[in-house]
Amino acid sequence: MTPQHLLSVADLGPEGIDEVLRLADTFVEVGRRPIPRVPALRGKTVASAFFEDSTRTRLSFEAAAKRLSADVMTFTSSSSSLNKGESLRDTVLTLEAMGVDAFVIRHSCAGVPAQVAGWLESAGAASAAAGPGGAGGTGGTSGAGGAGGASAVTGPRGASVLNAGDGAHEHPTQALLDCFTISRERERRFGHSPARPAVLSGLRIAIVGDIRHSRVARSNVIAFSTLGASVTLVAPPTLLPPSLCGWPVEVSHDMDGVVAKSDVVYLLRLQSERMNEQFLPSLREYTATFGLTAERARLLGPSALVMHPGPVRRGIEIAAEVADSPCSVITTQVANGVAVRMAVLYLLLGSGAQVGA
Amino acid sequence: MGERERTLVSPAGGAFRGRAVVMDAEDVRRATWRIAHEILEHNRGAGNLVLIGLQTGGVWIASALADVVHAVSATDVPVGALDVAFYRDDIGLRPVVPAAVTEIPVDLGGAMVVLCDDVLFTGRTVRAALDALSDLGRPAAVQLAVMVDRGHRELPIRPDYVGKNLPTGRLEMVDVSPEGVVLGDIVIPGELVALGGTVAPEGEAR
Repeated sequence: MTPQHLLSVADLGPEGIDEVLRLADTFVEVGRRPIPRVPALRGKTVASAFFEDSTRTRLSFEAAAKRLSADVMTFTSSSSSLNKGESLRDTVLTLEAMGVDAFVIRHSCAGVPAQVAGWLESAGAASAAAGPGGAGGTGGTSGAGGAGGASAVTGPRGASVLNAGDGAHEHPTQALLDCFTISRERERRFGHSPARPAVLSGLRIAIVGDIRHSRVARSNVIAFSTLGASVTLVAPPTLLPPSLCGWPVEVSHDMDGVVAKSDVVYLLRLQSERMNEQFLPSLREYTATFGLTAERARLLGPSALVMHPGPVRRGIEIAAEVADSPCSVITTQVANGVAVRMAVLYLLLGSGAQVGA
Repeated sequence: MGERERTLVSPAGGAFRGRAVVMDAEDVRRATWRIAHEILEHNRGAGNLVLIGLQTGGVWIASALADVVHAVSATDVPVGALDVAFYRDDIGLRPVVPAAVTEIPVDLGGAMVVLCDDVLFTGRTVRAALDALSDLGRPAAVQLAVMVDRGHRELPIRPDYVGKNLPTGRLEMVDVSPEGVVLGDIVIPGELVALGGTVAPEGEAR
């Protein structure tokens, strides 16, 4: 049924993605209420553990958890015991012992969320074997108040892990909010009512820029193609991954041609902080060849959407006037992010997956 | 129609098998007319009335009542739809997934709200609806209209307008639609499912 963790967008499949998107519709409505908050996850605790800098994703997750009435613990690596030499595993298990139901994890290394999920599951299994009233390592599942009876029935279940970006591997909630933005924005603008669950079927989506260092690109390639879109990657050869074997994509180096025939142009930020060697002759040349300049934006079709996961570097991958033009849905992406993350948190923590587990 | 079988969504799964027709389509129509008149009588007209159906079984009842109010008093009453999934007290005990987006077309401040649902059973859905309403505005008063009151309340909640009082067993199911009200059971191939206690909220017989 509902998975315990969200580590990769590939875990969801087309039905799972569609379920998240339909749930997000209801949370968009909640966000428009005078009191944009529901008591759905009362008594649950969500820990946001960001071992790498982030503003929008962390705030978006925390806003989502708070709108679901969950308690939020914020962990930042700069002021933590990691600096005193504690291992990541001990840090996570310490937090869990305080009663955490879900970890939202970002880390600069690929695979950390999956590793943490494994640690939590084996710790949960160990304390289950020790019997109820044991070490209390899974105190998170007992929650508060009336939930006590529930845990007695259902037994312990380890905390959930949500991948909020790991290295250049995956960023599943970004992919989900991008799918949500494309499908709902096209419905709103053009009255298209795409057949579900394949909500993006037939769309041509171009992902442009630093594919090599981008976890957003990897998750989006999976999500877009799972929902039936055809994906074209546009990048200088140095910014493509060493191998594209098994990727369901086409590759092009002709930005003008791709922009003219795409339904969605998805721009990525040049991740200079991850570039430890010379990938580009110059930023100006990159902008001239692969940037969405004002002249190039005139090639866009009338129904094309321009997207960017942020933070935007205006004047490099996208011209300022294009980022502010009506075809840009960059701020819509951010707004939808809260609703989509509410949907994911609610699915993992509130949908009764603990029954009969 | 008593043989009508329906597939139910999770968590119950299985199928609804009707045993006895309690109300036919004409009975349901007459009850709707009577309730609409009672609402108008009790509130002295359709003044600042708002009809809110609970997703999903109460939505058609709210609009059916609005149609009658329109026919009788030539007033268009705002009709809303409320999904209470996020306010339920059994989140985490079973899958609670909203059926549809909540739509409240008007400001509820000062309104006379009539909540409409198909079946009143434990009262837990209505409790959740009252919580949801208080987040959406401050109505002058809230009333409750149901097509069937089947008893077995677990909370101090009573309806203001009732289509039919129907004594039932805890494990029975009631199916309400514009075509009629049918009493029956949930059948999972080969067995009769026990649906008791908090895992069987009212309005489940859809």
